[in-house]
Amino acid sequence: MMAAFILVCSVVTLLQFFVWYCRSLIAASAKEALSPEVRDVTGIARAASGEDFTRVMQLLQLCPERPEDRGSIQAVGTYFGLLNFMRATLARMIPSMRAWTESERGSCAYFAAIALERRIAFSRGMLAQQMES
Amino acid sequence: MPGPFQYLVWFLCTLLEVSVVVCSAARGSFRRYLSLNVYMFAACFVNLARFKILFTYGYLSPEYGYFYYYSDLLLTIGLYCALMGLYSRVFEEMGAGKYVRLGAVLLLLGTAAFSFAIVQQSSSRLAGHFVVDSRVMGHLVLEASQNLYFVGLVLTYVLWGAMLKLRETRTRLIQLVLALGLYFSVFAASYALRNLYTSLDGVWPYLIPISGCLLPLAWTYAFWRIPEDARITPSRLAVAPR
Repeated sequence: MMAAFILVCSVVTLLQFFVWYCRSLIAASAKEALSPEVRDVTGIARAASGEDFTRVMQLLQLCPERPEDRGSIQAVGTYFGLLNFMRATLARMIPSMRAWTESERGSCAYFAAIALERRIAFSRGMLAQQMES
Repeated sequence: MPGPFQYLVWFLCTLLEVSVVVCSAARGSFRRYLSLNVYMFAACFVNLARFKILFTYGYLSPEYGYFYYYSDLLLTIGLYCALMGLYSRVFEEMGAGKYVRLGAVLLLLGTAAFSFAIVQQSSSRLAGHFVVDSRVMGHLVLEASQNLYFVGLVLTYVLWGAMLKLRETRTRLIQLVLALGLYFSVFAASYALRNLYTSLDGVWPYLIPISGCLLPLAWTYAFWRIPEDARITPSRLAVAPR
């Protein structure tokens, strides 16, 4: 009985903490501006939308990985999957949730674009180091 | 005996624990988050000691079993101390840190007493038997761990609630607390599930070590990527659209 109670509470708080953690990752990158070059590459002209996420992730995979942001990108990718699931189920019944999931998916795409920007800068730095040596 | 996968995750986890301390020191935050760093250092030391005992005495030896469970208990208490360090960081400006710490210590002692009572009750039930079944002992250890992780989860949840109420804006502190909440949730859920479904024995040697990597990974990221003066608006984290 006690174990079942703990299990239910832990799963609920796990989901809550996961969502808050991902939102804190996204919020930390939301203040950074995208360079015109990355906007061109990703096709994000003004605000990012959820539809951009998959394309930006594909571009991210083309760049050399930076070990320190691998975990956060995976976490936000999982959060994006959770949002897609909510969009396909709960959001069909609750209209206000549809707008919220759309805005969150857009934030995920922006986070991925910022990660792409960092990876491009990282690759350029590595290339410059190689050219010097 | 652990397989190559478990050894790999074990090594990775130890490496990540070292990286938390290194990143924190490199960013000049070692003393500011002393309890977190001491915990990570202790966890790394325990991992190395477990490895040494495993190779000296073997996986099924009582020495390894006792060291594993006692060190696990000590590390959980160490994590409580790290959590109390985070409490004092959040409440430092209010001057209420010592009251919060006192409350947390009382709760920890209460949990220890509760777990001890369960163990003693079960031991008295076993008193009639000459040999204590190792499976029963294992169950008792699982129950105590499950309770300790759950109390840790409740304390972290309370801390997070207080941070939202106080409109805490320090991004790094927010991420450290949320990562700790995730870690406690995963472990409390795993131990509860393990208690309920003992038949799922094949899953735990994989799930528990992988979950153990979560906290050092998230803390390394927080120390390395997030500057101490970074700020976010707490309302951005509220799930309800505003």
